[in-house]
Amino acid sequence: MNLNPDSNGFYGIYGGAFVPEVLYPNVLELQYIYSEIIGSKAFVHDQEQLLRHYVGRPTPLTFATGLSEKYGARVYLKREDLCHTGSHKLNNVIGQILLAKHMGKRCIIAETGAGQHGVATATVCALMKFPCKVFMGAKDMTRQQPNVFRMRMLGAEVIPVQSGSQSLKDATNEAIRYWVANPEDTYYLIGSAIGPHPYPDMVARFQSVISREITTQLTSQEGCANPNYVLACVGGGSNAIGAFYHFINSSKTRLIAAEAAGKGVGTGYTAATMAVGSVGVIHGCKTRLIQTDDGQIVEAHSVSAGLDYPGIGPFHAALRDANRVSYLSITDTEALTAAFDVAKSDGIIPALESAHALAVLPKLQLKSTDVVVVNLSGRGDKDMETYASIDATSMP
Amino acid sequence: MIDNRVFREKRRELLSVYFPAGYPELNSLPDIVMALDGEADIIEIGIPFSDPVADGTVIQAANTRALANGITLNTIFAQLRYVMDRIATPVFLMGYLNPILHYGVEPFCQQVASLGISGVIIPDLPLDYYEQNLKSIFTSNGVNVVFMVAPNTPNERIRRIDSVSCPFIYAMSSFAVTGGNALLTATHASYLERLKGLELRNPVLVGFGIGAPDTLAFANSNANGAIVGTAFVNQLSNAATSTEAVRALRIQLGLDINHKN
Repeated sequence: MNLNPDSNGFYGIYGGAFVPEVLYPNVLELQYIYSEIIGSKAFVHDQEQLLRHYVGRPTPLTFATGLSEKYGARVYLKREDLCHTGSHKLNNVIGQILLAKHMGKRCIIAETGAGQHGVATATVCALMKFPCKVFMGAKDMTRQQPNVFRMRMLGAEVIPVQSGSQSLKDATNEAIRYWVANPEDTYYLIGSAIGPHPYPDMVARFQSVISREITTQLTSQEGCANPNYVLACVGGGSNAIGAFYHFINSSKTRLIAAEAAGKGVGTGYTAATMAVGSVGVIHGCKTRLIQTDDGQIVEAHSVSAGLDYPGIGPFHAALRDANRVSYLSITDTEALTAAFDVAKSDGIIPALESAHALAVLPKLQLKSTDVVVVNLSGRGDKDMETYASIDATSMP
Repeated sequence: MIDNRVFREKRRELLSVYFPAGYPELNSLPDIVMALDGEADIIEIGIPFSDPVADGTVIQAANTRALANGITLNTIFAQLRYVMDRIATPVFLMGYLNPILHYGVEPFCQQVASLGISGVIIPDLPLDYYEQNLKSIFTSNGVNVVFMVAPNTPNERIRRIDSVSCPFIYAMSSFAVTGGNALLTATHASYLERLKGLELRNPVLVGFGIGAPDTLAFANSNANGAIVGTAFVNQLSNAATSTEAVRALRIQLGLDINHKN
């Protein structure tokens, strides 16, 4: 399967750049400079230095003793939770901030759901001395308050979004509106594998460092480069595409993405785009999304703010159609159970998003020789309020 | 049937007025259209959308209200079927791409054509995607598409847009979402001056932030006319009747209130 979109940014029928005319020059300029810079030695050097000495890469690939024993397989955790700022989000923003600097942009804007991408963006803006505005749904600001404080401490302006569902979808709308009004000096730093071309490809490539490291680490730790399974959670799909990237053409490896079913796929309170969505256009790309019979985009629901999004990246939509990745729906309850389990079995408190990936483990028929890698995309500090609201003793 | 003579014959000080279908009430459309008939040169009816990324807060809120009222494309078509024979002013539909794609481009075009709609404006439909994938469906059904230009659109692209757009070009006044303030600066005058210098086949109507006598005069003196949206939506939310809203809008824009265009 081709990992690159075509020259118009399409993965089959998905992708493209569905932006108002005012953003056309921006998208075109970005496509041009991105394709020029991605192969340049100076860019790759700067990116690698920052990933190593600032982000803390490579992140460990931890053999999970407790989970391995419980599920009767060889389970590894890719520790993106140990990246600076606590999630995989920094991998992408490092690449894009270097690009923004190269393009001579003067101001950075970003959208955020759980706040992880917002914190990552605020972090590199502090590092590179860019003014930074982060759009965040008012509802998400309440449920992810520690991240709001972190962004402000890093010098970013956090702009509450009151429209619609007050979550990631509306934060993205508001960021696009700001971009429409300020197209010349503003760089829009998108955090997920969504948006107009070239963002989905750019985010996938900047996050693909995850699967590249897994390959190397598994070779030395397990004696094989390709695992039997890679599991990752998917909202827009940035950590999943990064964890899958180098295995997409490895027939030995089963790729499984966990989407947030919320209260359940059939309940209407869900973010399981693949399960209940259909083809449409959202936030600049053609992809699959949750919509009504009249093509109105539906508000998603998930206990995890980072997965609470009614669309999914166009590359994922193409991988689904090609039957290359299986998309499973994980409910709020299953994810919470998985989070409490791994805390006790392996001494790791995962982000609620990552807990969705861990919740896939009990659904697999594993053999003792199977090598399973779960992408632990972030740590759970930001979710303590949600976790604390659950009586830990009532969890299995 | 489609009557677009106004774009060829009057071609100056054209006034296009926008409001979203289903606003303020589900069935307001026919009454508002009849109130605008003869008071505006062009009527633009918005197809409400959950995620209008080119719109400011006033039109966003009107979209949300219209959707809560239960407006759908089929309802809009039924309302238009009632009103189109009763008016003489050209009507355009303006809406984002997703509801149109979901309805089906072919059935959408068939409805639009059978109603005698003068054209459609789809702000997030890129020119290239249209030409490669959708143009044949629109043209085979005889449906016009109006494309937008912005202050940062290069001349050669404006010429391409001019060759595809019909029967006018929608010029974004400045970098803003709808309902902002159009800036009457030399930079913006020079952008409209640049458009004029290209001697385009289409008349140019300026929209985004036009809502006062000075901004209207600016659009009229630098282009072929203006598009007013947010100002009218505000009037609709304040006035007791559609006729009062239209009258209040004309006063707000410094236009004669007894004069039919």
